[in-house]
Amino acid sequence: MTVEAAADPILRIDHVTKRFGGLVAVDDVTFDVKKGEIFALIGPNGAGKTTLFNGITGIFPPTAGRIVFQGREITGAKPHQVAAFGIARTFQNIRLFEYMSSLDNVRLGQHCRMHAKLWDSLFKTPAEHREEQRVTDRAMELLQFVGIEQYTHIYARNLPYGSQRRLEIARALATNPALLLLDEPAAGFTPQEKVELMGLVHKIVDQGITVFLIEHDMKVVMGVSRRIVVLDHGEKIAEGTPEQVRRDQRVIEAYLGTQH
Amino acid sequence: MRGLLSRLGSILESDPRKNPNAVVYLVLAVATIAFPIGVQVATRGSGSFLISQAADAGVYILLAIGLNVVVGFAGLLDLGYAAFFAIGAYTYAFVASDHLEFTPIHQALHIPFWIALLVGMFAAAGAGAILGAPTLRLRGDYLAIVTLGFGEIVPRLFRNASTWTSGVNGISALDTPALPIWLNGPWSGDALAIVQNFKIIDPLAYYVIMAILVAISVLLVNNLRRSRMGRAWMAVREDEVAAAAMGVNTVGVKLLAFSIGAAFSGFAGTFYGAKLSLVSPENFGFTVSITILIMVVLGGMGNIPGVIVGALLIYYVIFNILPGLPQQASDFANSIGATSLNSPSGDWPGLAGEVQRLKYLIFGLILVLTMLLRPQGLLPSRQRAEELQKGVHDDTTIEDVNAETT
Repeated sequence: MTVEAAADPILRIDHVTKRFGGLVAVDDVTFDVKKGEIFALIGPNGAGKTTLFNGITGIFPPTAGRIVFQGREITGAKPHQVAAFGIARTFQNIRLFEYMSSLDNVRLGQHCRMHAKLWDSLFKTPAEHREEQRVTDRAMELLQFVGIEQYTHIYARNLPYGSQRRLEIARALATNPALLLLDEPAAGFTPQEKVELMGLVHKIVDQGITVFLIEHDMKVVMGVSRRIVVLDHGEKIAEGTPEQVRRDQRVIEAYLGTQH
Repeated sequence: MRGLLSRLGSILESDPRKNPNAVVYLVLAVATIAFPIGVQVATRGSGSFLISQAADAGVYILLAIGLNVVVGFAGLLDLGYAAFFAIGAYTYAFVASDHLEFTPIHQALHIPFWIALLVGMFAAAGAGAILGAPTLRLRGDYLAIVTLGFGEIVPRLFRNASTWTSGVNGISALDTPALPIWLNGPWSGDALAIVQNFKIIDPLAYYVIMAILVAISVLLVNNLRRSRMGRAWMAVREDEVAAAAMGVNTVGVKLLAFSIGAAFSGFAGTFYGAKLSLVSPENFGFTVSITILIMVVLGGMGNIPGVIVGALLIYYVIFNILPGLPQQASDFANSIGATSLNSPSGDWPGLAGEVQRLKYLIFGLILVLTMLLRPQGLLPSRQRAEELQKGVHDDTTIEDVNAETT
């Protein structure tokens, strides 16, 4: 990867504000996520991290500001359009389709990349048949990629917790994203699982997908991300490398507090 | 055809413990073929009424299969499903009778039955799309209310717009459907021959056509269920926010389910109007919508063979058991010597009269008992059965996603 390519912003958060009534959840936040990097957003509970994710993915359009993805403004786009543009996400509280098999969860993820029309589905045309085959193969590949192929035909709700998180990542990858948003992917993980998860994140980036993650665990973030943005009370209070952020006085006060 | 045969083959080979549906399909197919023969043998050739009734039951099977797409697959509660049934039937009345001659148009239309079926289907699907487009953006409970209202409005509209629909009298003398080609034989009391432009009057012909239509519908809906669209419906039913974030246009796929359901209803309505040769606003009330919903829920939401069995069973109870109940009760009283029960006295209308009064109470009790003993329905889909057993995760909304942020 050339230096220039690395400097390309894939996602630009431009003076984004989100108000809920009198509460300002995200307050005039600006930063860039660069192509091919692992970028982390950290901050204490209630800092507005997930709100920002919801703003990017169209679940809650921002009150003010612009969101630009790959040079195209996506502010206010519907969630399914955002997914089609190439942004996929996972959820802080796992939101799998519980009564669908792992395989079907991942196949569903490919929905917006499929072309079968109603007619094709009704009559099982050869084109539809081939597409289903392709989608199934790809789903198996992804289940293998995240390491849960042994649960292919199990209902998502019956998977162990850690595998559910992995399945959510597989489902998000199925949308064939350029940018993957992970909302606290390591929440509730043991240290060993966290290490494995970070291995998976590196594997994803190696495939050319930019990863933008929210994380609570400072150790995980420091180990994996080159650049970090810190939110507190909806405001951006710091941006930089893990080293810079770690030494930032406001971050220490707001986030790390007395631990250091 | 090749697909059909290979599917038949896989049904025969499959393990019934793993795939009870295959067995149900097989039993249904055999029963469909055996029924008219059995009836004619049992009644010595005068079973036309029963065969005609079975064809009517087929109309309800079509309705139940269609409503199952809406309720069972996409999880949308439609309480006004009979409205689309009415639209289909009235569409046929307009385009295939002398009626338009007596409306401000002054020009009767006589579209052939097979084209009229499609017209009725698309008219209902269009109405579904028009009703669904604004309302499917709302959450589930609102949809139930809106469809309930729609189901009340449509029959009233047909009743009150009497310039166009001749009001309460309904429209009669609809065209008899005709087939381009039909096979006459001993079963119709004729010599074996191929006839052209065959007018469908014989109940057996209706029965055969209905069986074929149901079989085709089952195949198509099964295909849908196992397709991209079927998965999207399931996903939307489970978690709309997650489905949208995965690239599913939730309003679009819900609208499609709603319109497909309406199309089935319109299709069935056209057939119903053509067979009865009469449409009247009284035939499409709220009870019809509820009856179809009962068929779907009692049979097993989301599972096509379950829904078919539910439709047949409820149809049989409503149209055969309940009407005969008063007579049977009074016969029973006579046979055990309690004849005094049958003579009216004072407030007592006689046993038959009393049972007549109570028959829907009895029907209600049957339903309540069934749902208590088997809440998942008679033949549930695996998903629905487990959902009921283990509970569904919170029905989270966008508001809840927001709450996660704090």
